[in-house]
Amino acid sequence: MTRESGAFGPFGGQFAPETLMPALAELEDAWADAQADPDFRAELDGLLRDYVGRETPLTHAPRLSEQLGGAQIWLKREDLAHTGAHKINNALGQVLLARRMGKPRIIAETGAGQHGVATATACARFGIECIVYMGEEDVRRQALNVFRMNLLGTEVVPVKSGARTLKDAINEAIRDWVTNVRNTHYLIGSAIGPHPYPLIVRELQSCIGNEAKRQLEEKIGKLPDVAIACVGGGSNAIGLFHPLIDDHVRLIGVEAAGEGLNARHAATLSAGAPGVLHGTRTYVLQDEHGQITEAHSISAGLDYPGVGPEHAWLMLTERAEYVSVTDDEALDGLKLLSETEGIIPALETAHAIAYASRIAPTMSPDETILIGLSGRGDKDVEIVRDALASRER
Amino acid sequence: MPELGQRYRTAFAASAERGDGPLLFPFLTAGFPTPAETPDLVRAALRGGAAGFEIGVPFSDPLADGPVHQDAYNVALSAGATLETALEAVRVAREASPDAPLTLMGYLNPFLACGSASDDAVQAPGAAVGEPLEALARRAAEAGVDGVIIVDLPVDESDAAREVLARHGICLVYLLAPTSTQERIDAVAQRASGFIYLVSLTGVTGAREQVAQDFAAFVRRVQARTDTPLAVGFGISRREHVLEVGKLVPAAIIGSALTATIGSAPPDGRAAAVERYLEVATGRRSEETDE
Repeated sequence: MTRESGAFGPFGGQFAPETLMPALAELEDAWADAQADPDFRAELDGLLRDYVGRETPLTHAPRLSEQLGGAQIWLKREDLAHTGAHKINNALGQVLLARRMGKPRIIAETGAGQHGVATATACARFGIECIVYMGEEDVRRQALNVFRMNLLGTEVVPVKSGARTLKDAINEAIRDWVTNVRNTHYLIGSAIGPHPYPLIVRELQSCIGNEAKRQLEEKIGKLPDVAIACVGGGSNAIGLFHPLIDDHVRLIGVEAAGEGLNARHAATLSAGAPGVLHGTRTYVLQDEHGQITEAHSISAGLDYPGVGPEHAWLMLTERAEYVSVTDDEALDGLKLLSETEGIIPALETAHAIAYASRIAPTMSPDETILIGLSGRGDKDVEIVRDALASRER
Repeated sequence: MPELGQRYRTAFAASAERGDGPLLFPFLTAGFPTPAETPDLVRAALRGGAAGFEIGVPFSDPLADGPVHQDAYNVALSAGATLETALEAVRVAREASPDAPLTLMGYLNPFLACGSASDDAVQAPGAAVGEPLEALARRAAEAGVDGVIIVDLPVDESDAAREVLARHGICLVYLLAPTSTQERIDAVAQRASGFIYLVSLTGVTGAREQVAQDFAAFVRRVQARTDTPLAVGFGISRREHVLEVGKLVPAAIIGSALTATIGSAPPDGRAAAVERYLEVATGRRSEETDE
């Protein structure tokens, strides 16, 4: 019982049913073993380069910067990675890990469908059986992504329990894992869940921050003053932040304020309280009785009532700030980036754009904001069209 | 304050002396289908032969439970069930049966929400869940609880919680599963009090046709490392299952099948259905005469 518990101060840990604990230990060992194996790293790097298209570009946003009239804004273009979001970085790494562990079956949860598509893609690439759990409400909101997963040979199981969104999909994936743990790897898509998942996902997503750091040094010879990323579970944010932790860079995570913090929202760190959900101690949206409350965001990928435990730690230690942006502001952010730079961001990412547009005017032109452009917006155009239409009415 | 685990010890010893098969601990979801009915169902189960209880505290996200309990928790929560509903069920059972071992069973977050968390930066996560459980332990002890089972608190994170509960005379009852390694069985054996809950199968709660095939081997692995009494749950739904596992362990827990029985009974016949179900499961009434 002397295993490393995966603690981020009082957050993180392993609060999982006994049945899964040996599998978590096996995963921890396999991950340590893989990290020490140069062949694993080489294979993953080769896939990231030749299959995903890394490194992804770092794009200056001159018209956006000019319009906001303050800091220079740079975009780390995870939207240009294969499958259109950062999720593929983690999915490929964990599929390689599952193969190493000899697990022939992979399960995953998905909210917006980006992680589901990434997992389906990685499983297709390696011919591994893949089942994705998706809340029925998200199946409806993201029908095209369901079809994409089907095209990739993945079975999508609609989840009918609870609010029928991401949290319920995770519950159902864990139930599958409890039942089939001996031959199944659960490929969690965010920096959440019991140890070692938050560490594995962070390491697999750290290419975002590592590349951006190097690219920005090459282009402007210095680090950003501010780095901004949206936070649902927080995988793209931790991937961007982690390599910058020891640098003099202000880190800002942007949560979904939905209809406002006094109404329905998904701003876990801004308005939640410490608790235990999905195997980890972290901030959670909950009522006075400890029942998990339903999150709401226009963006399915941020629609989660928990958050990665490392973000809770970064907030507690004041190394990072966590703010929130409403559905309406995110829509404005999406329009702004589309019109000024010809880049339609995912609704998740639009939250980061919206917050950047709030603080950029207060900064000087020789200062720099780095935004994690976590995904592209093609999947969201229908939702955006409907939301903009109802706003005009 | 009673000695830690005294009611469990007395009940298991008396049962061994009688030699009349395993103790039956029904799992009742507090507040299902309504909080008002729970006391009647508790009394009915005792009349039917329940030796004690697991009183289930409903949770919004029960990730180790199958569909029957998921639905029951939702119904209970919609009807206003809280931890207090479960504690009231315990008080009712304690009043009716001063010696019956009474165990609360649930997920960590509703138990934590009883108290308040302080985020001391130096604490580890397992230590951080100890202090908030102080309020639970106090209220549970007052109600007459003997033990608490926390589905998502494995032994690795449990030391602070166990100490807080023990200060109030309450056992932290651990779970072991067929996947548990020797190392984990030993870690539980060192810390166990009351009894150890054996999860009979690799899966979620819910009735099954048969007892898992490798269950006997699993019991032997655990018995080789500990003298703490064992109780088996998950998948146990029929008298024949009770008899089968009773050859191996001194107690059995019936959950989903009882919940389903309550759910399908007519509103004015739920208590009678619970009583009859327990009579059949304990062998007081044969299934043939169950008319």
